[in-house]
Amino acid sequence: MPETPTRPDQQHFFAQLDETPVGVVDSVDESAAPASVWKDAWHQLRRRPMFWVATLLIAVIVVVALFPQWFTSVDPKACDLSNSSLPPSAGHPFGFNFQGCDIYARTIYGARPSVTVGVLTTVVVVLIGAVVGAIAGFYGKWFDSILSRVTDIFFAIPFVLAAIVIMSVLYNQRGILTVVIVLGVFGWPQIARITRGAVLSVKNSDFVTAAKALGASRASTLVRHIMPNSAAPIIVYATVALGTFIVAEATLSFLGIGLPQSVVSWGGDISDAQRRLRANPVELFYPAAALALTVLSFIMMGDVVRDALDPKARKR
Amino acid sequence: MAWYVGRRFLQLIPVFLGATLLIYAMVFLLPGDPILALGGDRGISDALAERLRERYNLDKPFLVQYLLYLKGIFSLDFGITFSGEEVIEVMKRVFPVTFQLAVMALLFEGVFGIGFGLLAGLRKGKLFDSTALVVSLIVIAVPTFVIGFVMQFVVGVKLGWLPPTVGSDVNFKTLLMPAIVLGAVSFAYVLRLTRTSVAENLTADYVRTATAKGVSRARVINVHVLRNSLIPVVTFLGADLGSLMAGAIITEGIFNINGVGGTLYRAIIQGQAPTVVSLTTVLVIVYILSNLLVDLLYAVLDPRIRYA
Repeated sequence: MPETPTRPDQQHFFAQLDETPVGVVDSVDESAAPASVWKDAWHQLRRRPMFWVATLLIAVIVVVALFPQWFTSVDPKACDLSNSSLPPSAGHPFGFNFQGCDIYARTIYGARPSVTVGVLTTVVVVLIGAVVGAIAGFYGKWFDSILSRVTDIFFAIPFVLAAIVIMSVLYNQRGILTVVIVLGVFGWPQIARITRGAVLSVKNSDFVTAAKALGASRASTLVRHIMPNSAAPIIVYATVALGTFIVAEATLSFLGIGLPQSVVSWGGDISDAQRRLRANPVELFYPAAALALTVLSFIMMGDVVRDALDPKARKR
Repeated sequence: MAWYVGRRFLQLIPVFLGATLLIYAMVFLLPGDPILALGGDRGISDALAERLRERYNLDKPFLVQYLLYLKGIFSLDFGITFSGEEVIEVMKRVFPVTFQLAVMALLFEGVFGIGFGLLAGLRKGKLFDSTALVVSLIVIAVPTFVIGFVMQFVVGVKLGWLPPTVGSDVNFKTLLMPAIVLGAVSFAYVLRLTRTSVAENLTADYVRTATAKGVSRARVINVHVLRNSLIPVVTFLGADLGSLMAGAIITEGIFNINGVGGTLYRAIIQGQAPTVVSLTTVLVIVYILSNLLVDLLYAVLDPRIRYA
């Protein structure tokens, strides 16, 4: 027991042993499943209407991209010039474009290339970025110096600019795969930086030291302990980036150096419609709206997931 | 601080070399013969092709070409375009236009983004805040070229408030609409960034202290909240100057502006390697320098950050 205060106005600021309430400590259920960031985030997400709106939109878009034939029986490439710029009619709810193609069918079929490019590019970018960032952050030293400089080099070249240069050179090999590779090759630096930062901040945690002390190899420490705990910022960025890759693909297609004319795509249709904006604004509206809605749903998803994963932003 | 600046400049060297080499390789190593393309459908005689290759160093191995190009850059000789004009003359002509456009876009997104972001942050959860968030999401989701066309059509053609294209007539009035289009996406980001930052700082301890000691609300917001909230925003704006200049390629195409973007696009289509590489290189330098500037600004704005 410490000495009692000598003066009446002096106070002691430590709890005496018999004052420590142990009941609360004892009542903790040790066998309960440990609370994890993900479980916590899921509880948070479930209560956000934005999350359900975004989920519903993404689900619809993915189904449309996978099975466009469920939504229209009209062939998007069957164009009849005698239908040129006709207003909506039965079976053709959005009317026809200048070439006499059904706008509704083209808008439906345009989902597949956009979503494919978005998803595949995100996969490529996350793979390259996470590997480079994780190695740079975890192994440090000259690995870090070299990989960080390489990242800087790719980061210094504006993304769309590089894509335009390469796609214009690969003009005759244009296709979904080419666009994915080009966007992937120049899109990864941001992910690499995020991953490196996340790995650096987790690297010195107690649980990593514990894993090391238990004899885990360096590689397995990285893969099994550090990466799962660095995943949150990567997932958030990747979700938002998916939307921006779809916009990038549309931009390239709009410039005429993205997907070839033979592929029905929103970017290409917007590019075609733009020339006849005065005569038939509807032609621009539907593909643009579909594109915007797709991008919007992924950005919204990224937004709510970030809020859910960041406990600091949550307490309001 | 001086040491830090020096070290950052040294770090720029490998980035600069790597980036130019990469651009050079992209333009040269990939398939397609620019000399043959120059002749179009009629073709070009072998002798002439030979002479042109020699003139543009295209007959030499790739690395030699690159080193010759690099040597030229350091004596400010950026090469000649295929139409015979010095690339540096082209740059002198087009860069001021794009720079003016980018600065106007930056001012637009700065003033309106911070303004609306502050109002939204102060009214977090209210109607104005939700509206601003939804609008900013839509602006981010709609591609720049769609915003460009719609504005050009509605404001320029239908309403006739502003000239729909720029052409050779470059001034504040003609560039106003392109600048708004160019800055639109970043405007949405600035708005969201300011809003989050303001809302977070409003609950900070030092704001409560300031209010508690009787500082007026206007002063609390202007001096305490805003200054601290602007740190991430200013860094975003600084880095954005480079991306705006690079991103102008779409906007300049739509509004027919003879800036870097328009020239670059034509050069890419024609396979004019020296022009593409030079313009891209300068854009990369602007981009790298603006990022460096941002890092230094950080130290000025945030006294907690000190570079040894």
